[in-house]
Amino acid sequence: MGRTLAEKIWSNHVVRPLDDGADLLYVDLHVLHEVNTPRAFDDLRASGRTVRRPDRTLAVEDHNTPTRDGALEDLAGRRQRELIRANCAEFDIQLHRLGDADQGIVHVIVPELGLARPGMTIVCCDSHTSTLGALGVLAFGIGTGQVEHVLATQTLPVHRPKDLAVEVSGVLPDGATAKDLALALIAQIGTGGGQGSVIEYRGEAIRRLSMEGRMTLCNMSIEAGSRAGLVAADDVTIDYLRSRVTALGGDEDFSATEARWREMRSDDDARFDDVVHIDAAHVGPRVSWGTNPAQNLLIDGRVPTRADFAAGEDWASAERSMDYMGLRPGQAVRDLEVSTVFLGSCTNGRIEDLREAASVLEGRRVAEGVRMLIVPGSAAVRRQAVSEGLDKVFDTAGADFRAGAGCSMCCALNEDRLAPGERAASTSNRNFEGRQGKQSRTHLVSPRVAAATAVSGRFTTPEDL
Amino acid sequence: MSEPVIRTGTAVPLRRDDVDTDQLAPARFVPYYRPDGFTNILLADWRSDPAFVLNQPQYQGATVLVAGRDFGTGSSRESAVWALQSAGFQVVVAHRFGDIFRGNATTRGLWTAEVDHDVIERLWAEIEADPWQAVTVDLATLQLSCGAVTSPFRIDEPLRRRLLEPGDRIAETLAHLPEIEEYEAKTRAL
Repeated sequence: MGRTLAEKIWSNHVVRPLDDGADLLYVDLHVLHEVNTPRAFDDLRASGRTVRRPDRTLAVEDHNTPTRDGALEDLAGRRQRELIRANCAEFDIQLHRLGDADQGIVHVIVPELGLARPGMTIVCCDSHTSTLGALGVLAFGIGTGQVEHVLATQTLPVHRPKDLAVEVSGVLPDGATAKDLALALIAQIGTGGGQGSVIEYRGEAIRRLSMEGRMTLCNMSIEAGSRAGLVAADDVTIDYLRSRVTALGGDEDFSATEARWREMRSDDDARFDDVVHIDAAHVGPRVSWGTNPAQNLLIDGRVPTRADFAAGEDWASAERSMDYMGLRPGQAVRDLEVSTVFLGSCTNGRIEDLREAASVLEGRRVAEGVRMLIVPGSAAVRRQAVSEGLDKVFDTAGADFRAGAGCSMCCALNEDRLAPGERAASTSNRNFEGRQGKQSRTHLVSPRVAAATAVSGRFTTPEDL
Repeated sequence: MSEPVIRTGTAVPLRRDDVDTDQLAPARFVPYYRPDGFTNILLADWRSDPAFVLNQPQYQGATVLVAGRDFGTGSSRESAVWALQSAGFQVVVAHRFGDIFRGNATTRGLWTAEVDHDVIERLWAEIEADPWQAVTVDLATLQLSCGAVTSPFRIDEPLRRRLLEPGDRIAETLAHLPEIEEYEAKTRAL
């Protein structure tokens, strides 16, 4: 009987089964950021324990780092950065501080530094750790209590999740992106559709995605309720790793590891607990209209009406979302005007996302009255963008290309927030109430739609410009 | 000291689906937040509305929260659990829970009971009709009751055992240290 990719990685990492049905799983790499960790270190100290494998632990400052040149630092944010600096110094953990060449959003820098490799387990105190599944890594988000557990033991007692296959047949049409595919999946299976599962993305459309596109897709797995996303290792994976190692000046020989990495795929006769089918041909540019990521539709669509819902309670939830978002049932999405466009986050803050936006903004201008924030996912992404001249494109177009890297307006933990009632097109991952600031109204979109929307001031695709 | 098997208390009917962790502990408070200090961040944005259910006098002192579908989805922020506990909640009843939230809740001893949506509806009606009657949640029999409503609830067996026998999980794992080291030696050899 064949095994799934998740099963292979899992069984390779079981230290021992525990008597409550969980497995004690070995963690190859544990990543920390400043927000969810202070209590873990406090508890570790209080119980007289230490960090068992600082060499398998890496920390970054990303969630509340200022990204504007000369921005006034938020005092609480600064306090958290001081805490992670002190904690890392005390326990000898490598930290990529604000201002470092390798600083950036945790899920952007880990693959960038060539640290995520097929078959590994990686955990981090952040739900979007699922991003790293794009490289055939079993990677998932954990809570602060679990951070303490991993710090002390380099392992975690966990129950093996179910296997959910998402089979994407066909080819994504021109103008449809990995982000649109992620939104289409979540609209189909709902925010709870993947609960208790690891999603393995399969099929022709997935194989054709770039590594960064795969990261975007795996990143959003958590919004479908699943613990992690996975893509089997293939040429794209190996080429990506090779290019990262080269870019970092390394000359690592892959001949011994490559064959092992290529085994990081599900066997042909592997059985999944569930299978979801998506026809890539039907995926197009999408926009979220509500307050959870499943509430999204094609950009040509209209905000739903009572007739779109079978059950009364679903309609009640939809009505509440509409009320919060300031929308009327049946309103055309393309008629909605935005005042802010945010390009960035661990979902869409990588170089390909910036290139995509620049290709739309080239020779155009951000609409009067619209502000467009472009926040690179890492300092390296910013350097790359500058070396390609994207910064000039952004400048000329009137976009605000930030000097620093970080989560920025995705989670509104730094100075970048939407004003109450402000409507934004955002390439981030969550349109929750208040996510981007109190009473903020977030519409999730791809980088191409974000850029085109910045130009026209309302939801638009580049093809319409 | 043995852990309680039954928790009972008055309840708040939170008629909402998708109560995500950004609602439970809004981001702007998270950097300031300490589990034993700042206690008033729970659902802060909704609570600014005086009519919001948590502000109503008849629900003060409640220890059970009854919500709709998909409670605790979103971020891994454990402060969502601390916010609930700081506000006095010991049990959350919902139709479904976010995975990471449920794990965090168990780590900190907050009970999460999953029931069908029709049971939620009946609980809401019961509590609204008489806010002074208690909801009783029994982890031994996996039954909950409130007035005329009795229903089984779901919680994964390992989570249930963890709540009944909390212990020091890190110490339990460190007892397996020789096996962890053996694993490390074996994989290094690969």
